Amino acid sequence: MKLVYFAWVRERIGKPQEDVDLPASVKTVADLLSWLRTRGEEYEHALQHQKIIRVAIDQEHVEHGETIAGAREIALFPPMTGG
Amino acid sequence: MSGAVRPTIRIQAGDFDAAAEVAAMTQGRTDIGAVVTFCGLCRDEGGQLSALELEHYPGMAEAEIGRIAMEAVGRWPLQGVTVIHRYGRMKPGDNIVLVVTASTHRQAAFEAASFLMDYLKSRAPFWKKEHGADGTAGDWVDAKEADDEAAARWRR
Repeated sequence: MKLVYFAWVRERIGKPQEDVDLPASVKTVADLLSWLRTRGEEYEHALQHQKIIRVAIDQEHVEHGETIAGAREIALFPPMTGG
Repeated sequence: MSGAVRPTIRIQAGDFDAAAEVAAMTQGRTDIGAVVTFCGLCRDEGGQLSALELEHYPGMAEAEIGRIAMEAVGRWPLQGVTVIHRYGRMKPGDNIVLVVTASTHRQAAFEAASFLMDYLKSRAPFWKKEHGADGTAGDWVDAKEADDEAAARWRR
């Protein structure tokens, strides 16, 4: 699975993107966030306020309850501040 | 009518010319009665900021703004929609975002432009980082609750 990170999520994790092999138990966006937090303190630092993390699957916004089955690219980022 | 409108969406590092974008939208047409333009600029926050760095999600930025623009086209009788959003480093006074809407009457053009900006603020994948006037790299700008509330008022 390709994961991409933006803004302070990218800075705290320390990389803009990575490919990961997800365990079969990771079925939803919320599962993915919880699993990532177990991968090291940089992930825990980036994702500790899990509820405010915004997620896009294949470049469309999704809620944390969304299933990740069939996703090609999942993006994690802070609330947006454009405009 | 509204089905024929194809929004113009551009995500670019370079500057834009609001007058030229209005001219491109209205040139050769006699049916447009109202054009609203909104320009968002980089401000210096009372002299404290030297620059803003705008990060974006390439691909999704275009796609999401396209979805927002199509929703506007579905909700108001528009004859033209243009959205240009810049990324990269902006100095105080620089343009950041342009929204242009055209309609037969002013109400639709005003409302659609306001809707587009409210939705861009809370749904378009851009993030601003501040750079201080003293040369220090500052913090990421926090999302404002007021912006989420502004977007929520358009929900039906």
